[in-house]
Amino acid sequence: MSSMANDPRIVSEQSGNLIQRWWHRFGQADLGSLPIVFGLIVIWLVFQAANDKFLSPLNLTNLLSQIAALGTIAVGAVLVLLLGEVDLSAGAVSGLCAAVMAVLNVKSGVPGPIAVLAGLGAGVVVGFFQGFWVTRFKIPSFIVTLAGQIGWIGLLLFVLGETGTVNLRDNFIVGLAGTFLKRDVPNGELYSWLVGILFILIFAGSFIWERQRRKDAGLQFRSIGGLIFQIAVVAVLVIGMLLITDADRGLPSSMVFFIAILVLFDFITQRTVFGRHIYAVGGNPEAARRASINVTFIRISVFVLASMLAAFGGILAGSRLLAVNQSSGGSDLLLDVIASAVIGGTSLFGGRGTVWSALLGALVIGSISNGMDLLALPSPIKFMITGGVLLAAVTIEAISRQRRESAGR
Amino acid sequence: MPESSSQVPILEMRGVSKRFGAVQALSNVNFDAYAGEVVGLVGDNGAGKSTLIKCVAGIHPVDDGEIWFEGRRVHVQNPKDATDLGIQTVYQDLALCDNLDVVGNLYLGREQTSRLPLDEVSMEKRSLEILRTLSVSIPSVRTIIASLSGGQRQSVAISRAVMWNSKLVILDEPTAALGVLQSHQVLKLIKNLREQGLAVVVISHNLADIFEVVDRISILYLGRNNGVFNVHGTSQEQIVGAITGAEFGNNNQETAQNHKRKGGSSK
Repeated sequence: MSSMANDPRIVSEQSGNLIQRWWHRFGQADLGSLPIVFGLIVIWLVFQAANDKFLSPLNLTNLLSQIAALGTIAVGAVLVLLLGEVDLSAGAVSGLCAAVMAVLNVKSGVPGPIAVLAGLGAGVVVGFFQGFWVTRFKIPSFIVTLAGQIGWIGLLLFVLGETGTVNLRDNFIVGLAGTFLKRDVPNGELYSWLVGILFILIFAGSFIWERQRRKDAGLQFRSIGGLIFQIAVVAVLVIGMLLITDADRGLPSSMVFFIAILVLFDFITQRTVFGRHIYAVGGNPEAARRASINVTFIRISVFVLASMLAAFGGILAGSRLLAVNQSSGGSDLLLDVIASAVIGGTSLFGGRGTVWSALLGALVIGSISNGMDLLALPSPIKFMITGGVLLAAVTIEAISRQRRESAGR
Repeated sequence: MPESSSQVPILEMRGVSKRFGAVQALSNVNFDAYAGEVVGLVGDNGAGKSTLIKCVAGIHPVDDGEIWFEGRRVHVQNPKDATDLGIQTVYQDLALCDNLDVVGNLYLGREQTSRLPLDEVSMEKRSLEILRTLSVSIPSVRTIIASLSGGQRQSVAISRAVMWNSKLVILDEPTAALGVLQSHQVLKLIKNLREQGLAVVVISHNLADIFEVVDRISILYLGRNNGVFNVHGTSQEQIVGAITGAEFGNNNQETAQNHKRKGGSSK
């Protein structure tokens, strides 16, 4: 609007020295995930200072295999939060579905792959039930899934039976999280690097292709410098992760699944009609309904996907720990899942956030938990510190949102 | 008056009645809208303006009376019937998703894809064209709605209503929540719609706005017609008199545009 350029109230755009202008832009800008990336670096430096084994290849590889299950479940939590709903049953559902898989495999002799599919299927059924209940009876998802969290734990205990613990021995199931992909040139094992480099190429290719299409269509397109910078950051992260894990046992297969899920759901949420409708329902359900979007279908589908992801996370956790027991999916898993999604920058009010917040949040929560275990801190301290970090993360988000709004953006 | 005023009205409502329980919200109401014309629908609170447009938009089917659209008798039973005919309504709440950008809102529920993925490039290109045609100025079509001013939001909502082959656009209090500059922006947009040959119905309490943008004013009083005026040659006092019922019943014969009603008014 031309009148805005001459608005006498806007003074700081043209005046002030470089730092003042930068600070002004800093205040107005949507900082995105920068504060939380910065926070993660601080957390790592603090733990490294306290214990120099924290940033060792051994411990970082452990960290990756620890966060894969949490992160997978958190992707589901992000999807539900995008709708403006919340899923408090994710923890119990992950335990229940892992138990279904374990009991079918160990007690009934069902082959591993089929048992895993049955576990995922149990997630679909649970998700459909909860989504149906929320949409049909218009009960807040908070309550339906709270009832779920309690009820599914009961079902978990029932499924596990009297012994209460099922140990997993099936090669397929144990291999889901227990395989490490390592560069081993003499044996021709280069899968992790092939996948990593393919990932970077696809990422770079899609960005360059999109830029070219926008350029051809006469639309605004990104500067080549920014493009190269972003591709370089991704390349450094991927290659860095591969180098570090190669120095230890290799890249945990559970992490490969987690990253594949992130890429898949990033595509679904950002690039498909279904994903666009998830954001629309989260932003303004009435507007979505009037635009003839099937709001009930979107809601139920998202609950199904979330429970399916919780099931897969539970299966990965069982595979890593080689057992499913009465505490699977219990204790603080649910809180860690919701905290991960929120710390990563997904709004509790719906419609804002991306699935990548599951990765960032799981890294923060996982690093704190891992670091404090390394320092052998007692659990009271662990809980208090984790709570403090959650509060700090949402406060930063809230402040940056307020500054954005007060700046009229 | 526009050239088209001598043609068949695009929308013609004859003897429409609607009753909610003990309340006769509309009784025997006539209403016309012409392509390339802006008609103001005016009346006090409870006069039946909203009920009348909801009958056209398919939210309340009429109890009695006829609706003719483009010279054909139509039965509008639900909102889809209305949109299929090319009738779009922009309600006061605008029904925009604050968290989506302008392109996302313009294409909400009608997203274009190239096979599976969204075709953002085509959607953005067409959005820019539409906004340019309507002379709507927005910093970037990739800004999210939450960052836009009230006038810009209203403009996006109106643009969305007209970009899908719409023929008749109904605007419910388009300037009610806006400041002077922003109202001006929206009124300019309404004039652009007229230039594009659309029929526009504006509901408003703001007589200054009505007089600025409207060609013809149709007044409702307690669920009945209380006159149709040509804005040229009518004073605000006359309109206020008709709205408040001070002149109720006196001006059915003396309306400036009575000839436009084609004698169908009393049947």
